[in-house]
Amino acid sequence: MTLVDNEVRPEELSLLGGESPHGRRADVVFQSMAALAAGLVLLVLGLILITTTRNSWPAFAQEGLSFVTSSTWDVAAGAFGTLAFTYGTLLISGIALLIAVPVSIGVALFVTEMVPKRLRSMVVMLIDLLSSVPSVVFGLWGVLVVAPALTGVYTNISSAVSGIPVLRVVFSGAPVSGRSFFTAGLILAIMITPIITSITRETFATVPRAQKDAAYALGATNWEMIRGAVLPFSRSGIVAAVLLGFGRAIGETIAVALVIGSSPQITQRLFSSGDALAAVIANQFGESTGTYQAALIGMGVLLFIITLAISAFARAIITRAERRIGAESV
Amino acid sequence: MTTIDLRDGSPDLSGESRYSINRSMASRQRHAINYAFRALFVLAFVSILVPLALVIGYVVTRGMRVMSTSFLTNDIPIVTRAPGGGVGPAIVGTLLITGAAMLMAVPLGILGGIYLNEYGGTRRITKAIRFLAEVMTGVPSIVMGLFIYTTWVLAFGVSGFAGALALACLMLPVIIRSTEEMLRLVPIDQRQSAYALGGRRAGTIFRVVLPAAAPGIISGVLLAVARAAGETAPLLFTILTVNSVNTDIFHGANTALSVQIFRNATQVFPGPQERAWGAALTLLLIVFIFTLIARSISAVFARRHQV
Repeated sequence: MTLVDNEVRPEELSLLGGESPHGRRADVVFQSMAALAAGLVLLVLGLILITTTRNSWPAFAQEGLSFVTSSTWDVAAGAFGTLAFTYGTLLISGIALLIAVPVSIGVALFVTEMVPKRLRSMVVMLIDLLSSVPSVVFGLWGVLVVAPALTGVYTNISSAVSGIPVLRVVFSGAPVSGRSFFTAGLILAIMITPIITSITRETFATVPRAQKDAAYALGATNWEMIRGAVLPFSRSGIVAAVLLGFGRAIGETIAVALVIGSSPQITQRLFSSGDALAAVIANQFGESTGTYQAALIGMGVLLFIITLAISAFARAIITRAERRIGAESV
Repeated sequence: MTTIDLRDGSPDLSGESRYSINRSMASRQRHAINYAFRALFVLAFVSILVPLALVIGYVVTRGMRVMSTSFLTNDIPIVTRAPGGGVGPAIVGTLLITGAAMLMAVPLGILGGIYLNEYGGTRRITKAIRFLAEVMTGVPSIVMGLFIYTTWVLAFGVSGFAGALALACLMLPVIIRSTEEMLRLVPIDQRQSAYALGGRRAGTIFRVVLPAAAPGIISGVLLAVARAAGETAPLLFTILTVNSVNTDIFHGANTALSVQIFRNATQVFPGPQERAWGAALTLLLIVFIFTLIARSISAVFARRHQV
């Protein structure tokens, strides 16, 4: 389009490098610069692994396997077991996914199947707006507004299920502040919904028109078409979206640090306060030294490896699905 | 579901009416299920609008209570629980640190994107870098902070620049991926036309490919910058905090809006809480402005491409 818009004048040809004697050398220099820039990705990822592992070594050396298997975190006694934080991270991510996945799939279907085309970009912009709210702003709102408001709700739920065996334990333990596993999971759910929505939406958009029309031609209702054509076709995309949301939830730091309540404990009581890997690093790093600091960096290494594995797995699923779609459309 | 008995060829009035009743009941049920699910989808959308409206509503109403020119320019009180004061140093810090991160990550990210789309081809290393860039976008921001702490801060001490390095590492893969996506949209004919005119690769990229993809690339860059401007975790132990403006990003501690919000959010005194809301409003405005500019550029770009 650019070439058509502004005709290339003969004197400009040299600007394309064609007639310049330096053209060839400039070409090579530019290509190597670009290659170096791309290579930075490898360099940074490698350096992250090496430097953080090296700096956390004192903690790994002292604790050995109990760094991940022990739940005793006692800074004064020099015991650094991180199991309680891993538990907290997985628990709040699980709560977040339970809430966010159905909502995200619903929103994605709403956008692709129900919103008229001309309004679609506006709806998508609203979802993007939600994803652009900084984590710390969600945290501020969570700790000063949501958590206090939920205290009453938690107490009501606890007393409502006080006679039911399992639920009696799960829905209990509400602290006065309202900062708890469940509050953290809820805030996380809001934060990961946009990313899960946008990936599932992209997957839904790749469902072939013919398959949807075929379902309608058989007399299917809107929902029957979705169940019969859209969802089966998008299964791998949804799995990938859930995994990416999971990775995001595990790495989310600041909002969780503000609303989880900061107490290292393993409990089934969702309404009691706990702690999570990333949140502990954020809250305690400033006052740490020596092995204590090494242990916190070691938790960063754990986070790095877990999120790397999850997102690599998710990307691999997406790539495979794209190849399948590509093969089918040929 | 309904079944039609075809064995009985004779017209059976009662059977037919039963069939039609069955069908209408089944069909009514099917449509009821359909409407129920459609209602659920609408409900899902509403359920994400509620937190969005609440967050923005609280930040705007609480933030407006303290918003004034003196709030935007005054120093941060040395005693945290003191009322009054402002977030001037944090605004300066956010702009300087994000700006420095931008200066580093934008050229490198665009170059990396150019490599992947224009030079990389289908080589194994290209695929590996593309994959790793995607994976790198998933690295938690707190880990990026730890990375810069161990490589930079331990050797050279805290500074705004250390924070900028951490933000640049977060922005880099995002810009690489979005640039590559935008370059892929430029039709191959344009490159071939330039080559036919005797153009070299680098010249063609600069004079033909980049201008055509510019709006998309700029939009991707602005989104990455907006995301980085709101980051807290990578800054916590790379810049620490200060109470007065520090314009020297290479030396000494610095501060940022996000860091001020985080430090004040858990305070029980009204003074710091008010400053946190005010800082949140300021930060949200900065982030939204960047996001809106990015979105409108890409909207215009998309419209032009459709025509």
